[in-house]
Amino acid sequence: MESVRRRSSGWSIHWGKTLESICLPVAALLFSLLLFGIFCAAVGSNPFEVYGSIYKAAFGSWRSFQNTLIRASPLMLTALCTALPARLGLVIIGNEGALVVGGIGAIAAGLALNSAPSLVVQLSMAIAGLVCGGLWIGAVGALRHYRGVNETISSLLMNYIAIALLNHLVNGPMKDPASLNKPSSYPILDTNMLGVLPGTRIHYGLIYGLVACVIAYILIQRTTFGFAARTAGGNLRAARVAGLPVGKLTMAICFLAGSCAGLAGMVEVAAVHGRANESLNAGYGYSGILVAFIARYNPLAAIVVATLLGGILASGGILQRVHNLPDATVLLFQGVVFLVVMYSESLYGRFEIFKEQSAKIKTERPPAVPV
Amino acid sequence: MAAETIGWWGVPLAIAAGTMRGGTPFLFVSLGECLTEKSGKINLGLEGTLLTGAMSAYAISYLTGSPWLGVITAGVAGMALGLLHAWLTQQPRVNDVAVGIAMIIFGSGVAFFLGKPFIQPSAPQLPTLNLGTWSSIPSVQEVLKISPLFLLGVALAPLMTWFFKSTRWGLLIRAVGDSPDAARAIGISIPKVRMLAIIAGSFLAGIGGASLSLYYPGIWSERISSGQGLMAVALVIFARWQPMQCLYASLLFGGAQALGPALQSVGMTQGYYLFNAAPYILTLAIMILTCSPNRTIFGAPGALGTDS
Repeated sequence: MESVRRRSSGWSIHWGKTLESICLPVAALLFSLLLFGIFCAAVGSNPFEVYGSIYKAAFGSWRSFQNTLIRASPLMLTALCTALPARLGLVIIGNEGALVVGGIGAIAAGLALNSAPSLVVQLSMAIAGLVCGGLWIGAVGALRHYRGVNETISSLLMNYIAIALLNHLVNGPMKDPASLNKPSSYPILDTNMLGVLPGTRIHYGLIYGLVACVIAYILIQRTTFGFAARTAGGNLRAARVAGLPVGKLTMAICFLAGSCAGLAGMVEVAAVHGRANESLNAGYGYSGILVAFIARYNPLAAIVVATLLGGILASGGILQRVHNLPDATVLLFQGVVFLVVMYSESLYGRFEIFKEQSAKIKTERPPAVPV
Repeated sequence: MAAETIGWWGVPLAIAAGTMRGGTPFLFVSLGECLTEKSGKINLGLEGTLLTGAMSAYAISYLTGSPWLGVITAGVAGMALGLLHAWLTQQPRVNDVAVGIAMIIFGSGVAFFLGKPFIQPSAPQLPTLNLGTWSSIPSVQEVLKISPLFLLGVALAPLMTWFFKSTRWGLLIRAVGDSPDAARAIGISIPKVRMLAIIAGSFLAGIGGASLSLYYPGIWSERISSGQGLMAVALVIFARWQPMQCLYASLLFGGAQALGPALQSVGMTQGYYLFNAAPYILTLAIMILTCSPNRTIFGAPGALGTDS
């Protein structure tokens, strides 16, 4: 709906709004840098040195940028798990659970087919990850549609259930007796691991993330299906009156969202850890929520934001070693950014500079989110 | 009967203990959330408040040696987070669910960042009332070590019922939550009432955090809360926004949480990790049973989840 109205009322509004939706998040990021800098100074670290270290650890060299991209790839995928349903007006935060379940599915497929050709193994692992994650969040969508269960709370509860399931499997049925300190599943064969891009240390998971984001963008912005989803997100009653199959849309979007996060789990298993253990539950799901919100649910913007946030995550170790800041620093920083970005939502439409001559048209509200 | 031969009786005993110990944080957080939601706003960020409360209570108790001062500090820290939440959610076009998620991340970030130095040392715990001295069985004595915080929470539930039903302030909060237009028409300042309700609710959630770190399990670590703050939000729906039902539901959830460890202690290790998921599955099952796609739930404040 949004884009139709934009196009029909001339390019200037479009331009002003695009500029606004780029400038405000950037301003919010800068402001949170300022706030966090003050905080750093208050606990006795030089904020300029801290930011210098973050920059160096994240983007300073090709080597560190590769690290950043390795962390960004699961973030792109988990961000879609929140971003897609948000277009339908649903707030889903089950990213972590879908990632874990996707990882479980992938390792199960990988172990079952251990001796098959590696391409077959990788393909089955990816499909298993996609399907498991998809069904996990698809269930959240079904509960929302058929039982009216609040999707935010149910998806969050399912995170804990997924983690319990993972703990059960790696401590019981799937446990590799050789993993003593950190209970893990049996590993997949080295030859079955996802490869790296030629000349780099970056695994193919990055390609998965980029492709998924582009597909998601096209699906939401350029297809009838996406248009229907955005219509239902804008006004549910109108969508029902227009005869849109809201239930099917909800389930399809939730399935796609979950399968993206599930694929992230597969990437973590097949490209990073080679086995399933508690490292799967490393917070990529929760950071993905933040990525989706900062990107304002736009899958292409999610690529950029995921790269930025991947850099910040990659710098966690440096902050600990060099500046003696606790590892929760990164979490706190994410919290500050998130809050400031939330506040910036209230600033849309308040600045004349973005309005140009079309100031009479009131800025639209973001999709209403039922609670 | 000696302690060693208590055998399977240990399971109901541990669950009984769990209802009182594990139920205390649920009780405070759900009463806080109930108070907040009665004013028509949802606060999903109480998980972060709970963690910040747990950390600050532990830290202050360790630094000053006074656990009660820790409890008060936890409440005040909760109020600070509540103030931030209340201010943010009352900005135009800001979604309270999204702010809640942000507050979870922020609150846990604050708690883990500032709480890092307090993971190792042990802080003085809250005194307990030992009601089990009549029994010679140590595990029974252990179960009947009841925290004054638990009793405080139990007393708070009927008090809050009375507050909503019979006081002017209770009526104001209900009016704002049920029908903001009517409240505005008689001259009530909606932002002010909601601000106070959110801050008071966060105060209670902070105290719930103190019960985690100063009573049971009585330690401070980054894994101390495992979603209790969020389950409490679901629990309020289950309790139909009634404080007395929040009390019963909290006891039920506390018991469900104790199921896994209780079964493990009698040697049933099969599926231990799955039993740990019991409270989450229970919450989900309850939500599936009590929600309906066609009508708003009976007892829900009228303005909850709307933009008004």
